[in-house]
Amino acid sequence: MAHGEEGGAGSFWRRYVFATDHKTIGLQYFFAAVFFLFAGFLMMMLMRWQLAYPWKPIPWFGKFLPARLAPNGSMGPDLYNMLGAMHGTVMIFLGIAPLGFAAFGNYVLPLQIGARDMAFPRLNMASFWLFLMGGILMLSSFWLPGGAIQSGWTSYPPLSIINPGQTVWIIAMVLIITSSLLGAINFITTTLNERAPGMSLMRLPIFVWTQLITSIILLLAFPPVEAAAVLLLMDRVAHTSFYVPAGVVVLGEALNRSGGGSPLLWQHLFWFLGHPEVYVLLLPPLGIVAEVLANGTRKPIYGYRVIVGSLLSLCLLSFIVWAHHQFVSGLFAGLANFFLMTTLTISIPVVLVVTCYVWTLKGGSIRFTTPMLFALAFLPMFGIGGLTGLPLGTHVTDIYLHDTYFVIAHFHYVVSNGIMIALFAGIYYWYPKWFGRMMDERLGKIHFWTTIIALNGLFFPMFIQGLAGMQRRLFDPGAQVHNRLVAPLNVFISFMAAVLLLGQLPFLYNFFVSLWKGEKAPENPWEATTLDWACPSPPPHGNFEKPPRAYRGPYEYSAGDGSRDCLPQGTA
Amino acid sequence: MSGNYGFWLPVAASSYARDLDTDFYLLLSGMVLMFFLWLGAFVYFLLRYRSGRAHQVERSGRGGGWALGAGLSIIVFELAVIVVYSVPTWAHVRMWLPSEKDAVEVEVKAQQYAWNVRYPGPDGKFGRTDPKLVHFTNPIGLDFSDPAAKDDVVLANEIHLPLGRPAIIRLSSLDVIHSLFIPEFRLKQDAVPGMSIPLWVKPTRLGTYDMVCAQLCGFAHAFMDGKVIVESPEAFEAWLKSRAPAAPTPAANF
Repeated sequence: MAHGEEGGAGSFWRRYVFATDHKTIGLQYFFAAVFFLFAGFLMMMLMRWQLAYPWKPIPWFGKFLPARLAPNGSMGPDLYNMLGAMHGTVMIFLGIAPLGFAAFGNYVLPLQIGARDMAFPRLNMASFWLFLMGGILMLSSFWLPGGAIQSGWTSYPPLSIINPGQTVWIIAMVLIITSSLLGAINFITTTLNERAPGMSLMRLPIFVWTQLITSIILLLAFPPVEAAAVLLLMDRVAHTSFYVPAGVVVLGEALNRSGGGSPLLWQHLFWFLGHPEVYVLLLPPLGIVAEVLANGTRKPIYGYRVIVGSLLSLCLLSFIVWAHHQFVSGLFAGLANFFLMTTLTISIPVVLVVTCYVWTLKGGSIRFTTPMLFALAFLPMFGIGGLTGLPLGTHVTDIYLHDTYFVIAHFHYVVSNGIMIALFAGIYYWYPKWFGRMMDERLGKIHFWTTIIALNGLFFPMFIQGLAGMQRRLFDPGAQVHNRLVAPLNVFISFMAAVLLLGQLPFLYNFFVSLWKGEKAPENPWEATTLDWACPSPPPHGNFEKPPRAYRGPYEYSAGDGSRDCLPQGTA
Repeated sequence: MSGNYGFWLPVAASSYARDLDTDFYLLLSGMVLMFFLWLGAFVYFLLRYRSGRAHQVERSGRGGGWALGAGLSIIVFELAVIVVYSVPTWAHVRMWLPSEKDAVEVEVKAQQYAWNVRYPGPDGKFGRTDPKLVHFTNPIGLDFSDPAAKDDVVLANEIHLPLGRPAIIRLSSLDVIHSLFIPEFRLKQDAVPGMSIPLWVKPTRLGTYDMVCAQLCGFAHAFMDGKVIVESPEAFEAWLKSRAPAAPTPAANF
């Protein structure tokens, strides 16, 4: 096929900027997503200062903030709401999802199925540039008139209709969503059509399965919210009333709308994406953990078929659980029973997958490399995150816990302590493939231990704050009597956030210095079996020196009588 | 009142608060058990099977039987808790209302950034309201041409309730979505413009409780703070009499 050739040769621009090679696009996504992750992290640090020391001037950074938002360098409530909403948006749509799905998927998926490139290289390029435009527009909203979005990342109307800053958010979201849709189509087509001979579906590595299922979810869940976002845009700029009921009076002024709309409609359309989006964030890291666990235990993944079946049923079930975010929203109370049932049903495939991963360790020969440490830590962290979802998915207990810090702690244990940790495992695991150099193991282990300790110190106390009833999105929680006892925990939490920030320095140093100083990586440094390790590090344009073929399943470690440590998938 | 709060669930002050807590403790015990079973297996495997210890890699067990067992036990546990406890409790708390004859009726209309509270007064009827009449001297737009409106008791950021008698709270919003949250009652419900959502609660403990907003509603969301005062039925009636007939009380228009 000729399409794989283009973009390999040619000018600097064709090769590194407007590239069509899946590996270059993967790295473009990677660096963009890491940049956005750090941006989201810094927003969080500013909020953490405000929560720990309300009304106190922000040290050093405060003097760069405009007086309108931060009088005397101390944060105002508008700025706090902007940072909160943007932290969520940036982390979810510009950080974690592009890193796990687009960056790892683009680079690793074609290699693992033995393809020369993605099925639609130019669509792939369009997808990245739409994403980058959306991301830059999103961040630039801080400097535009009206500032950034202030209504939370969920943007519930009518607040999101009357607040400034929302229009730019909607336009940026439309760009990002369109980018995801193009990526999803590309990933599905590539996985189904571009597999090497012998790579049957049941020989696909778990990572490829997770990417395929993520793509299906994106393709089905994003269009409704894209349409919903356009309706919200119309409500703002064309004074329509899709989400505005009659008789809304804002600060003594009747809102100039005909009425007849429903604020709950947005919530349904938003969470129809919003909940599947959790699985968009989760599935690629689950795939990464499977690859690293099989490799680090030197044995096949336990229950391959159970895992694949669970992932497929997760995909299906993720579309019928959305209203568990709306138990106290004014939803008809009888419907809550239905969504309780579906929500608890979806916990089963998750339990199956996690148990399969834990049982993969049994009887292995475990190598505690840095990627393996991160992959192992994912299991208990995600376990806490998943299990604390039970009282939130149960309507009775959600009445009290909804919109408290318990929710924040729960989903950060999933996304931050779980998913982000798994993404670190992926970075350490595939770094040699991407850059042809090894990362330093000692620095990697320092990074691991500081990160894991800081993350737990950061998020565990929030369970306590949530149980005590502290609501989320409060500019100054201590202003309310019932929070006065637990609000001071924020000083400790913010300290741990600072430790987490410092803990990333060894990672950054390791990452950038190893690009030049790291030990040269061989083709297969981890003695892995999948096809991504059967090509040079980094792979040249077109990936494989001769067309690969899959001769067996993906995880034939300790094969035969156990005398051979591993039988690679592509070796006859 | 600050003694009501600790590093755990606050004091329970409504008839169903304990039921909600019990459901939480049931789930919590399952969560803790499941987590420590996983963690026990996890830690044992890490110690027992680290590389370098002389043992052959065991390739057996590709079937996933243990996982199916774990999945099965969690669904049995969840179904038990749900069927036996959660669904009936939900029906009691959210799908049932006390009869209007026995109950105190209160209307709570949220706005940026205050809770407008209204009692129907001696005639037992809420007067008509009209959004066009909203003014800072008339925060909910009470229409005084309606005879039923004349004796309505309107106040801001304060709900008075009698001990031991059910109350029906009709919750709505003038502008954006707010959420009425009274931690000691284990009561939380979004206030949605265009909807009037009935809630019920039966206070079981005298005292003053926090009434706050749990849904981001704008820049002063953190300061949308009120009080619930539970007093003896006699004190409540005396208070209500002292407020009627109503001169419209201006709400704090933040």
